[in-house]
Amino acid sequence: MNLIISTISQGFIWAIMAIGLFITFRILDFPDMTVEGSFPLGAVTAVILIQHGYSPELALLVAFIFGSLAGFATAFMYTKLHIPSLLAGILTMTALYSVNLRILGKANMSLTKSDNIFNRYGLDKLPVNFNGIILGIVIIAIITFLLIVFLNTEKGQAVIATGDNETMAASMGINTTMMKFIGIMVSNGIVALTGGLIAQQNGFADVNMGIGSIVIGLSALSLVRLSTLMFHLVPDLLRLQLVRSSTA
Amino acid sequence: MKSLLEIDNAVKTINNDNQELNILDGINLSINPQDFIVVLGTNGAGKSTLLDAITGANTLSSGKILLNGDDITSTNLAKRSRYISRVYQDPKLGTSPRMTVAENLLLAKRRGLPRRLRLRRLNDHMKEFASFTKDLPTLDNRLNTFTDKLSGGQRQTLSFLMAIIQKPELLLLDEHTAALDPQTSQELMELTNKVIIEKKLTCLMVTHNLTEAVKYGNRLIVLKKGKIVLDLDNEAKSKLKEQDLLEYF
Repeated sequence: MNLIISTISQGFIWAIMAIGLFITFRILDFPDMTVEGSFPLGAVTAVILIQHGYSPELALLVAFIFGSLAGFATAFMYTKLHIPSLLAGILTMTALYSVNLRILGKANMSLTKSDNIFNRYGLDKLPVNFNGIILGIVIIAIITFLLIVFLNTEKGQAVIATGDNETMAASMGINTTMMKFIGIMVSNGIVALTGGLIAQQNGFADVNMGIGSIVIGLSALSLVRLSTLMFHLVPDLLRLQLVRSSTA
Repeated sequence: MKSLLEIDNAVKTINNDNQELNILDGINLSINPQDFIVVLGTNGAGKSTLLDAITGANTLSSGKILLNGDDITSTNLAKRSRYISRVYQDPKLGTSPRMTVAENLLLAKRRGLPRRLRLRRLNDHMKEFASFTKDLPTLDNRLNTFTDKLSGGQRQTLSFLMAIIQKPELLLLDEHTAALDPQTSQELMELTNKVIIEKKLTCLMVTHNLTEAVKYGNRLIVLKKGKIVLDLDNEAKSKLKEQDLLEYF
C-alpha cells in the first residue's frame, strides 16, 4: 500500500511537468528538448538556494524564473537564429549541463536542511507520502486554473493560433515570434518548478536527473490522450451494445 | 482620385541555380479605392509574390509600396495586417483548426490590433457572429463547430469572412476558389462579389479562372514573367472575351 501511495505522490508532482510540456508539444506544436536541461536546472537552483538558507517557496520561484530563461535561450535560437526546433532544444539542454554543474558545484547535492515545502503548512502532520499528493493537487489546480484563464485571454488565443496555424496567425497581425517566446518560456518555467519540487521531495538534486524526463512527460500526455479517447469511446461502445441487444 | 495603394518599380530577385531571376520585374501599379482588380497570369508569373510583397510576407529587392501615401515598404506583416487582409488558396491556411468558427471570427475581429492579457469575452460577440453568418447556409448555426470538422468550402467561406469582418482597406484574394469544387467555388465567388460591392471594398483578386476573370471586377491585369503585360480598365474589360485572354497563357 505504501508503494502505491508513494507512486501516486510522485505522479502528482511529475504531472505538473506534463502541463509544461503540454504548452510546447500540444499548443505550440514545438518539440522542446530543453526540458531535459531545464528540469535539473530547477532542481539544482532550488537545492542550492535552500542550502543557503532561502525559503523553499522562494527557491521554487527562482527555479521557475531560471527555467523560463532556459526557454528564452531555446526560443531565441529557434526564432532569431533560425536553428531547427529540435537542435535549438538540444543545444540549450547540453549547455545547461555545464550551467547546472556550475550552480551546484558538484554532480549532486543532498538537502541536509530538513526545511522544504513538503513539511510546511502542516503537510508534515499528514501520513507518509500524503504531503506529495496534497501539494501536487494544489499546485496542479493553481497552474491549470492560471493556464485556462491565460488561454482564454486575447494573448492566450494568439498563442494557440500560432501553434495551430502560423501563417494565419501572422496574417491576423499576431506577433508569432513573441507568442513562441511566451509559450516556450512559460513551459520551461513550469518544468523547472517541477524539478525544484522533485528535488525537495527526494531530498537531493543531481545534474543527471533530467535524463528521460521528456519521456515521462510525453508518456503522461499520451496517457491523457488515450484516456480522453476512452472517455468518448466507452459510452459509444455501450450504446452500440445496447442497440444491438435491443434489436436482437 | 488619390490612390489607395501605389507600387513603384517593384523588383523581387531570387537566386535560382546561381542565376539571378526577377520574379517581379519593375511592377508599377496604382490601385484606387473601390477598385476590384482581377490579376491573371501563368504559374511563376509573380502573382503570389506580388501579394506577398503587398502583405509584407516578402520584402522587395527594390522599389516602393505606398498605402494612402505612406511608405509601407519596410513595415512588417503584423502592422500591415491592420489595413490589408488576405484569403489564401488553401482552405487550411486561413483558419485555426483547433478553434471553433466563433473563436476564429473573434481572432479575426482583432486583426492587426495588439493582443492584450485580458479575457476575450467570446459570449459578448456571439449575437454579432450569428447575424454575420445567418445568410450563409454552410456556416449558419455552426459557430461552435471546430474548424477541422468543416469541409474545404466551409473553411474557405470562413477564411473569407475572417478577412472582411474588420473592413480591410485592401482585400487580397489569392486564388481563393481554386481548391473548391465547381459549385462551391461559384457560390463563394458570388458571395465575394456581393460583399465587395455592398461593403465598397478595394480588392485585388488573383485567379486562373478565365470565366471569373472576365465576369468579375472592374479592372484586369495580366502578369507575365514578373511584368504587367496587360492592364484593362472597366470599359475595355467589358468588351473582353475569354478567348482574348488565351494568348497570354
